[in-house]
Amino acid sequence: METTTIETGRLYGLKRILGSATAYFLLILSILPILVGYAWLLIATFSYRTEGLFPIDAQGNIGGWTLRNWSFLTDPQIWRVTLNSLGIALGMVVGVGFVSSLAGYGLSRMNFPGRKAFLSLTLLLHAFPSVTLLIAIFFVLKFISKIPGLGPLFGYNTLGGVALVMVSLELPLGVWLMKGFFDNISWDVERAALIDGASRFRVWWEIILPQIKPGLAALAIFNFLSGWSAFLIPFTFTVGSKVANLPVYLRQLMSETAPTNWNQIAAVGLFQLIPVLIFFLFTQELLLNIYTGGAKGGV
Amino acid sequence: MSIAVAGDTTAARRKWDWARVRATLGAWGFLAPAAILVTVFFFIPVIILFVISLTDLSSSNFSEPLHFVWIENYARLFRDRFFPKILLNTVRYVILTLGFFNVGMALVLALLTTHINRRAGFFFRMIWLLPRITPSVVYILMWRRIAHQPPFGILNQLLAPFGVEPRYWLFEQPWLFVILVNGFVGASFGMIIFTSAIESIPRDYIMAAKVDGASTWQVIRDIILPLIRWPLLFVTTYQSLSLLTSFEYILLLTEGGPGLYTTEVWALTAYKRALKTYFGHNQWGYGAAWGFILVLIGLILSIIYLRVFRFNELVEEPKIDVL
Repeated sequence: METTTIETGRLYGLKRILGSATAYFLLILSILPILVGYAWLLIATFSYRTEGLFPIDAQGNIGGWTLRNWSFLTDPQIWRVTLNSLGIALGMVVGVGFVSSLAGYGLSRMNFPGRKAFLSLTLLLHAFPSVTLLIAIFFVLKFISKIPGLGPLFGYNTLGGVALVMVSLELPLGVWLMKGFFDNISWDVERAALIDGASRFRVWWEIILPQIKPGLAALAIFNFLSGWSAFLIPFTFTVGSKVANLPVYLRQLMSETAPTNWNQIAAVGLFQLIPVLIFFLFTQELLLNIYTGGAKGGV
Repeated sequence: MSIAVAGDTTAARRKWDWARVRATLGAWGFLAPAAILVTVFFFIPVIILFVISLTDLSSSNFSEPLHFVWIENYARLFRDRFFPKILLNTVRYVILTLGFFNVGMALVLALLTTHINRRAGFFFRMIWLLPRITPSVVYILMWRRIAHQPPFGILNQLLAPFGVEPRYWLFEQPWLFVILVNGFVGASFGMIIFTSAIESIPRDYIMAAKVDGASTWQVIRDIILPLIRWPLLFVTTYQSLSLLTSFEYILLLTEGGPGLYTTEVWALTAYKRALKTYFGHNQWGYGAAWGFILVLIGLILSIIYLRVFRFNELVEEPKIDVL
């Protein structure tokens, strides 16, 4: 009797180990293409050229590490496009953060005619694929270009215009997340301040916003990353190199150069990837929460 | 007396009304920036897209007044020589990516990563989040190199020990890579949602089944899958709409080629016709017709989703309003 239980126990243990070994094997297999892609990027960045994953030097032998692919850092053009990328990213952080925390507060704390409609609409737009509107947004930007004063700032082929479009398309997500953050904050301090005669705006700015700092930070990081990596909207609404951001610049390099320059392209790609990876390493869980919090998630 | 009372109430009501108007104005003050931006970049574009789709607006008559051709663009779209091909491509792209990755792989990953050690599971999910977070241009750069021609291609090198002939994968199997590239980005959305759904299943259910002698497969089929059917339905519907309208990765990877319309999908056709043409001849009217059909599908599906998943229940009353 006793031996049989030990037998089943052992068998069960073996099965369990086999089960998780299979799981680990399949998972490692599944991430292989991702790891290979990153490995190539890293190797190519520091070598003359690559065949497969091997670095190849000028004589055709394996090896040949070099830093010459990073010479693009001395080109003023790269710093201009980097600044443009940074501008779009910060514009997203400030724009989405400010506008959606205002609207989120209103929707969470106030009752007024049109509230329900506005909230349903936010949800509807959150599900709606905004990318289908790019053709029409082209005409909106062209129209803004003609408005004196606004045109040079937010019109077609300006950084402001690109940032404005990106902020607006992100608003349904931002407003919805912000409303959720405000819903979780207790009303007590706020009520006391209002009774003491503080204005709604002051309460929002001085009492409520500091309480949702973690939420704001999560949204800010998410928006920084999507602004920094943005390709489609800058590509569609800008022409020429003056207002190009890093992804658009990289795409120009990819479509123009001969295959021998792939290593320099890889270096520019890694350069663009560094801030993303830093954020990713330190804020994984925050980002994960945003994705579960209802981000539409690209594809 | 009665007059005085009536006077009092009107005065009170007037005062109350004024407070209400002020409160409403205040609330809309908070909403105004969002409302204006949403109007300018969502509502007005839908109208513009519809109106333009009824005209023959193109870069050759941009400065002239709008010339309405009514449904001609839509008729032309269905007559297009490549219409059947583009339609088939779109269906293939959505179904294969959805089935193999956005739902299929997502489910497998969620099951595997919840089966193993918690920290290890988290680690693998994080790696799978990388494609989504990598800038699209850099991500495509990696894939183009993986599928590159000999001697540069990485896939050739990895497959060489198995005796596979080296080839230019991206040119010979463009569809394989269109689906892989989109699928590796798409899988993480479902993975995250399924993982939290699986983790919220009480351990007792699974324990009880295992004590009764159920195999892993039986636990998955009879306990886990029925319990996560809502998240499954949600991811399937949500992602099919995203896929139907997405084209950024295809634009970067193949631009719809190689050759004529090999990997061109509906959304990419709309975009290319209207905004990115090789000859600088933008057919805004015609492209808008392709685009507006997608907008209509998107609107109808979004409304259905909100109804099916009862999102209306989320639109609850505000916590506290008046003092």
